[in-house]
Amino acid sequence: MSALSSSPSATVPVQASSAAAPRNTGRRRGPRRRPWATALLIAGVLATIAVFAVPLYWLFSSALKPRQDIYSWPLQWLPRELTFDNFVAAWNAAPFDRFFLNSIITTGVGTVLELTLAILCAYAFVFVDFRFKKIAFVLIIGSMMLPGHVTLIVNYMTVANLGWLNSYAGIILPGIASAFAMFLLFQYMRTIDKDILQAAEIDGAGHIRRMLTIVVPLSSPMILTATLIVMVGKWNEYVWPLIVTSTTDMRTLPIGLLFLRSQEGYSNWGAIMAGAVFVSLPMLILFFLAQKRIIGGLAAGAMK
Amino acid sequence: MTVPVRTHGSDPAVRAGAAAPSAQAAAGSAQSGATPAAQRPVRRRSPQRRRRARRDALLFGALIAPNLIAIIVFSYYPALYNIGLSFFDWDFVEPVPEWVGLENYASLFTSASFGQVLMNTLIFTGVSVVGSLALGLLLGSLLATKVPLTGFAQTMAFAPHMLPGAAVGILWLFMFDPNYGLSRWAFSLFGADSPAWTTTSDWSLWSITIAYTWQRLGFVTVICYTAILDLPKDLYEAAALDGAHGWKLFRHLTLPLLSPITFFLAITGIISAAQAFDIISIMTSGGPGTSSSTLSWMVYEEAFQKFDIGSASAAATVLLAILLVITYVQVRYGEKKVNYES
Repeated sequence: MSALSSSPSATVPVQASSAAAPRNTGRRRGPRRRPWATALLIAGVLATIAVFAVPLYWLFSSALKPRQDIYSWPLQWLPRELTFDNFVAAWNAAPFDRFFLNSIITTGVGTVLELTLAILCAYAFVFVDFRFKKIAFVLIIGSMMLPGHVTLIVNYMTVANLGWLNSYAGIILPGIASAFAMFLLFQYMRTIDKDILQAAEIDGAGHIRRMLTIVVPLSSPMILTATLIVMVGKWNEYVWPLIVTSTTDMRTLPIGLLFLRSQEGYSNWGAIMAGAVFVSLPMLILFFLAQKRIIGGLAAGAMK
Repeated sequence: MTVPVRTHGSDPAVRAGAAAPSAQAAAGSAQSGATPAAQRPVRRRSPQRRRRARRDALLFGALIAPNLIAIIVFSYYPALYNIGLSFFDWDFVEPVPEWVGLENYASLFTSASFGQVLMNTLIFTGVSVVGSLALGLLLGSLLATKVPLTGFAQTMAFAPHMLPGAAVGILWLFMFDPNYGLSRWAFSLFGADSPAWTTTSDWSLWSITIAYTWQRLGFVTVICYTAILDLPKDLYEAAALDGAHGWKLFRHLTLPLLSPITFFLAITGIISAAQAFDIISIMTSGGPGTSSSTLSWMVYEEAFQKFDIGSASAAATVLLAILLVITYVQVRYGEKKVNYES
């Protein structure tokens, strides 16, 4: 009896919020939604969450499971105990300290360089006069359409000729050209009020000073967004570090994962999942801290 | 979240060329404004102005040079050089590549495996793009209904997009494990045995396609969701007064209004699916045989495992040609559709 009476009361807040929500967002969609429709929609949302959360849960729970919980049938959904053995095993099977160091250096330096180029370039496009601006702009944006795999072979030859194979310079430099981040910053800088800059110019501030003291601080929200997006891209980069490095001590984390898999085969899923957590966790933390910025930036890029 | 960018971005007054007035106005005020400076472009030719223009041009060049040079050296030059390489036979080692004309292309298009690679690329790209778009529109509209938990669902959906493809690949490799993976559990619900996804040629292509679509789906969902929230509300009010709702509303109002975004997502989806590599490398390495080999995997395999540069660069050129055609379609056809929105 109490179970029966509790279920209708549980739907009351749901109903109330579904009626209140349209007023909050200013969106009205015909007649007010019926309770069963709301329940159906919530079921759909729960299913959506499951589609994405179950594999992620599987990744993290497997990394924390003792061996007998991984190799068991029926599946052990909840670990019977939590253990860090898999992380220790992964760390011992492959030089993850080196991988972390390499990833941090290449991502850090690469991001700073790419953002610097992007800021200089976007400033020039927005604030400096030049007759053939448009051609340069099309050249830079057009490079986004060139698939990376088409440039792979020749870039490898170029880097080999420069003597940069298996070095940080070889991993970083071919990736510093900036089109997407430049475009985001360009769009943002266009919205800066020109009067402020004009006032600074009358006060005798040159372009470089105007850029550093006015435009860069004013653009800092978008610079942060672009930094995050560029950083995620560089951390996750796979094919270029794979071909340009040849020794284990120069590999980055994603390549380290391939190395770990070939070391452990299919006999130690726990350690392999722990390795995947090493690679993924920094990006997930970054995402949960700054998801509004990252999604906003990517959405802005998509919607022009 | 995207407010500052989009509200100002659509303001026609703030355009790329609008950088000029700041310089013009400064000079114009010095001329005590006898004539409206903006209407007399002929007068711009004073020596002072010209010196200024030259200085600006130099500055412009200096500011964009680092980026432009990097793009030319690492994007345009290799793309063109790659086409040249496809007419030679080479192995990275011999001092002089041997000219073979169209032979690389001839052997590509007469080999049975290349046909399969093209077909795999088509299936992988087609299924992942159509699948992520159809599901993404559905899930995006679902999240836009603003029932409880949609914010959390958005976060969860986008999270896989942040992960390295290598990690996504290795996670799905485990889930597809026929003995201890989730796949065994899912098939056991129907009383069936899990197929050996990544190690049999009937299933390997589907395993990488599913893993890739899963990672892409969250991104498409969130973009569709953001775009739907952005649609003009008055249209919906008018449609609601006319008694349209549910599927009818979605089919005749939401879908047409979203067409620029779905078009954009389709094109970028094709471009990134055609370059997908990390998931394939980790999960199947194109195998067994060539059963899950795509053009992007083939380029890598021919160049960096078999050292057949001629064949690899010919395959890369085919990839480039296909993507250029698609880009051309976007530029020709997409422009009109984008205008439809604003």
